[in-house]
Amino acid sequence: MSEQEEKPKEKTRRDFLKQVGIVGIGSVLAGSAIIAGINYDKRKTKGARIKVLTAENELLEIDRNDATKVGKFKAENLSYMQKQAREGIKGKRWVMVIDLSKCKNARKCMSACQDAHHLRPEQHHINVLKMQESTNTAPYYMAKPCQHCDNPPCVAVCPVDATYKRPDGIVLIDNEVCIGCRFCIAACPYSARVFNWTDPIRAEEDKDLVYNPELNVPQKKGTVSKCCFSADRCREGKLPYCVSACPNGVYYFGDENEDAVTNGTTKETVRFRKLIEDNAGYRLMSELGTDTRVYYLPPKNRTQPFKEEDKPEAGEHIGNNNA
Amino acid sequence: MLDQSKTNKITSDLLSHIRLNYAFKLWMGFLITSFLVCMYAYITQLDKGLAVTGLGDYVSWGMYISNFVFFVATSLIGMLISSVLGLSGAKWAAPLARIAEIIALAFAAVAGLVIVMDMGRPERLINVFLYGRIQSPITWDVTVVTCYVLISTLLLYIPLIPDMKYCYEKTDNTPKILKNIYKALSLNWIGSDEQKKILNKSVLILSILIIPVALGIHTVTSWLFASTSRTGWDSSIFGPYFVSGAFVSGCAAVIIAMNVYRSSYNLKDYITEMHFDKMAKLLVLVSLVYLYFNLNEYMVPGYKMKKFEAMHLHELFAGSHAILFWSVQVFGLIIPIILLLFKKMRKPSPMLIIALFVLLGAWFKRYIIVVPTMEHPFLPIQNVPFSFKVYTPTLTESLITLAPIILVLIIVTGLSKLFPIIPIQETIDHYEETK
Repeated sequence: MSEQEEKPKEKTRRDFLKQVGIVGIGSVLAGSAIIAGINYDKRKTKGARIKVLTAENELLEIDRNDATKVGKFKAENLSYMQKQAREGIKGKRWVMVIDLSKCKNARKCMSACQDAHHLRPEQHHINVLKMQESTNTAPYYMAKPCQHCDNPPCVAVCPVDATYKRPDGIVLIDNEVCIGCRFCIAACPYSARVFNWTDPIRAEEDKDLVYNPELNVPQKKGTVSKCCFSADRCREGKLPYCVSACPNGVYYFGDENEDAVTNGTTKETVRFRKLIEDNAGYRLMSELGTDTRVYYLPPKNRTQPFKEEDKPEAGEHIGNNNA
Repeated sequence: MLDQSKTNKITSDLLSHIRLNYAFKLWMGFLITSFLVCMYAYITQLDKGLAVTGLGDYVSWGMYISNFVFFVATSLIGMLISSVLGLSGAKWAAPLARIAEIIALAFAAVAGLVIVMDMGRPERLINVFLYGRIQSPITWDVTVVTCYVLISTLLLYIPLIPDMKYCYEKTDNTPKILKNIYKALSLNWIGSDEQKKILNKSVLILSILIIPVALGIHTVTSWLFASTSRTGWDSSIFGPYFVSGAFVSGCAAVIIAMNVYRSSYNLKDYITEMHFDKMAKLLVLVSLVYLYFNLNEYMVPGYKMKKFEAMHLHELFAGSHAILFWSVQVFGLIIPIILLLFKKMRKPSPMLIIALFVLLGAWFKRYIIVVPTMEHPFLPIQNVPFSFKVYTPTLTESLITLAPIILVLIIVTGLSKLFPIIPIQETIDHYEETK
């Protein structure tokens, strides 16, 4: 994080490189570095391919076995993680489409999400709600992640810049900065944010992990948490946890700039704008002017009818018991 | 010419309460013990996190924030009495100015602590100053409350300078160190014309400065809510609605303080029935203004009955918060207004009871503004424990809420034992003018 912490590590690295005689590849970004090494002697062995960024800002793909982990620099990595998380992924505008007609309330998205983000059972970054607009209108299941508003009320009210909007559209929280005032929770019209009221569920096993704001793990007591659009997975070119976990083809995820979204279940990639146009896609509470990045396809021609036993809960919110 | 014996009587009367007697020690001991108990509750919260409260992901602001709003509100009275009434030439309010200023300072300063008690990460308070973002109403609030505390301190201190000289010269049995403090605080006041001119000018400037700042603190506090799109907070009249409500609770606090000081410090000749009569009329006036804003705040959405507004109002008028809502409106506002219209009620004792009701009502009114709105977000609350759906404050949380109230009592009592609570110099000047 600070200059002092960096110096001794710089030295360790140099010693190490000298000793084993490997070529170190590091990229230095504002005082932080990704460090990786290539052992030319083991060039021939095969393994998984990984991406390495050189000091010349060149992205190389090398064999996992060729790379040597040079060290683990907790403080250094933290500031790098924080910076990387604020910069986002260049050239992208992430967008999600949720097809309500396919949702069967399987809740695989919820459990995958809670697993990935080390959440308690009552903490939902994504929550599948039983919805009903008014008496006599059809109830439906609606998965609700953070909407990643382009005009986010939560970011506006944050007094310390702990929550921010990235150029690639994702709204994140830096829980190393968050003061726990919960103004963002009050400001969010989508109830998308949760709070760590007590020690996080996996506090003990996560205590040595370097904090990654793109995953918001480890969770921290007294700070706010929410859906990250799986920014860590986006960085790896993978689909978000919830999207991949869905067995029913509810989710599409992709890049608005490329006009392409991929279905998490079928892996089929379609034109984003055409998908929205053909299916009369809409956004949640668009009258609030929040300009969300999550789009919904209406629950028509559903693959499975709304379960009878879920009807009372769906009607509760509008004071209708569906009797 | 100076009537020396009268002046001496005023001085000794008004300085008489500056001594530590048994009753004071007992009362202070009680306050400090209770405060420590409450602080123990806060230490539990620091250790275990905000999970010791009844708050959840939906009702994430509860008693602490209601308490904060109440504190900021009550502190506004300093501006109304010492500044607005002073500037408008209402001479009757002069003896009450210091009481109002002490209340203002105590509540405003402690309000800062109240908000820290609500924070999940109080040790990161410094981040507000390091990374403060100008877009956030919290940043505005921190700035403007700090300003208000500073100006209120000056408004309390500057008129106190001549009195410091009396404290230094005329008190007996005070420890030497306190005498030295009085001497230092008196800034070599000799009562020359030039000194008087500077003092009057400073007070005038501060009295004018504090008006926008005072309006600012409570307007910005109301914007913490009004800047969201939540039903019940999404209102364009929140600023004036809060400010008018602030005067109601502030007047009640001053009436209670007048009563207590008057009887325990033997100030019947200085805080007279006339003062109570005037304060009662002032309370009726500000209550009527507040009632008018209440009418607007609830009737206009109630007429339209938009989906979410209708659900919110139903909860208040006939739902789970109805008893509290109507008690606050009836016993904390409407009945006090009606009672105080009668001359018989505008006497110290009945007013003490009425003011206690008004003040209690004012606290619960903040609760009614904060909590029901949070219980009804736009999207349904599902897949969470029942405790997340209905907010029930815990004992620990209640004790932590009580702590700042006790702290205010400690400050208000403590200051009244250190400084004359009726301005001596002004009383003498006033006596000479009217002679």
